Amino acid sequence: MKMTSRDRILLLLTALLASYQVAVGIDGFSALPIIAYTIGFGVLLIAALLIFILGFDVLDSPIVVIVSTIIPLSLAMGLVWQHLASFRTVYLLFTIVSFLAVTLTRSISMQNKLPVITIAVTHGIAGMTIFLLPIILSMQGQMKPMFALVGIGGALIGIGGLLLSFLKTGKPILSREIILRLFPILLLLMTAFFVAGFIYG
Amino acid sequence: MSFTDKFRHYWSLTKPSQSGLLLATGLAGYMSARCPVFNIGAILNLSASLFLAIAGSTLLNMWWDRDIDAQMRRTQKRATSKGLLSENEVLRAGLILSLIGVGWAVAMDARYGLIVFAGLFFDVVVYSIWLKRRTAWSIFWGGISGAMPILAGRALGLGAVDWIGITLALGILFWIPTHTLTFSMKFAKDYADACVPTFPSTYGLAVTRATIAISSVLAAAAMVVAGYGIGMTWGFLRLLGVLSAGLLMLAVAITFNPSERVNFGLFKYASIYMLAAMILVVIEVI
Repeated sequence: MKMTSRDRILLLLTALLASYQVAVGIDGFSALPIIAYTIGFGVLLIAALLIFILGFDVLDSPIVVIVSTIIPLSLAMGLVWQHLASFRTVYLLFTIVSFLAVTLTRSISMQNKLPVITIAVTHGIAGMTIFLLPIILSMQGQMKPMFALVGIGGALIGIGGLLLSFLKTGKPILSREIILRLFPILLLLMTAFFVAGFIYG
Repeated sequence: MSFTDKFRHYWSLTKPSQSGLLLATGLAGYMSARCPVFNIGAILNLSASLFLAIAGSTLLNMWWDRDIDAQMRRTQKRATSKGLLSENEVLRAGLILSLIGVGWAVAMDARYGLIVFAGLFFDVVVYSIWLKRRTAWSIFWGGISGAMPILAGRALGLGAVDWIGITLALGILFWIPTHTLTFSMKFAKDYADACVPTFPSTYGLAVTRATIAISSVLAAAAMVVAGYGIGMTWGFLRLLGVLSAGLLMLAVAITFNPSERVNFGLFKYASIYMLAAMILVVIEVI
């Protein structure tokens, strides 16, 4: 589907927001969260630029499933490292193992449901972490109320991931055209909520 | 022909996007010296002299290459190929712009002027007139020419040529093959029709792709080292690292999983990368 000027503007804004977050928004954090957020927002930045350059067809590439796993995994890792000190090692292990599992199950041809289950478990845990942790932290008063925006960003990541999965399986609940129309808006909103949550939270 | 039409033809012959990107590198080089960046007079003088020199050398290239441009589908519609502007007129315009640009640069600062002149000399004499029709390696000399604006800008701001300026210039020098080799792969037939030797036609696609990958790695490394040398904050270095990773990823993709789409993606991304790197240098010092 042909990309419109509106889509390009939205993608460019997404890239700019992600750039801001990498360059300025995560200063002052400890080493691992900086690495994790740099990877997460960095992938978002490169993805927005590549869709901007190559159009929506790039989303048909099989590597998209693997790349789109990096974003929630790294953002969740950063959040857990900063706010759930007792789960650091476990979550780091989960992040590494699940990323390797997604890469492996997507690289080797398999007839069973293992690739789908792996993706579902990875996205499920990482997505729920990004969605719930900031909201719980802000409700408990450990973080400012605006930090809950990061959770909304997490919810939007989940929606984006679902739409992409529907697109990849060829059984979309929405038409391909609607999904692709919504995609740049979702990408921008998701990034904007993350950035706002980190700034004001 | 009306004045407006003539201006439009000349404007397109100066390759505004390419000239604009080279001008941006010159400005970034100047600002990287952390000289008083809001010295409007110096910035206007730098912009005008550099733009005139770049536009002049591009016009001279267009004049020299008019015969091969006419044979290549991509360039057949240029005013010089279609005969919309007379050869002598384009030559005169190119010489006048070049002389004014270089003269202005020398008047501002002899060292700066010398580097601007070197860029023009390498571009017109060494790259276009001497080597372009003889060897695929001409792009290396074209690359040196493309690296001169950033070196000139920094030398003007600093009053000297230092290792950071040379590293910035190396960043551009190694970035140029990423840009031009993907271009020569895309338009391989055009270049073959005009008998212009290119890397793909001389060494094959595999070697060309490997060259693109290696030059991308070197360009990214040079830009990050230069950024560190300039004193970029960690945040900006992180961002430069992320953008460089995108360049490397595409370079790896074109080497191991080549396709027309990846080729086009790398070509476009390389331009965005360089522009973003220059903007980062400017924002950093502001």
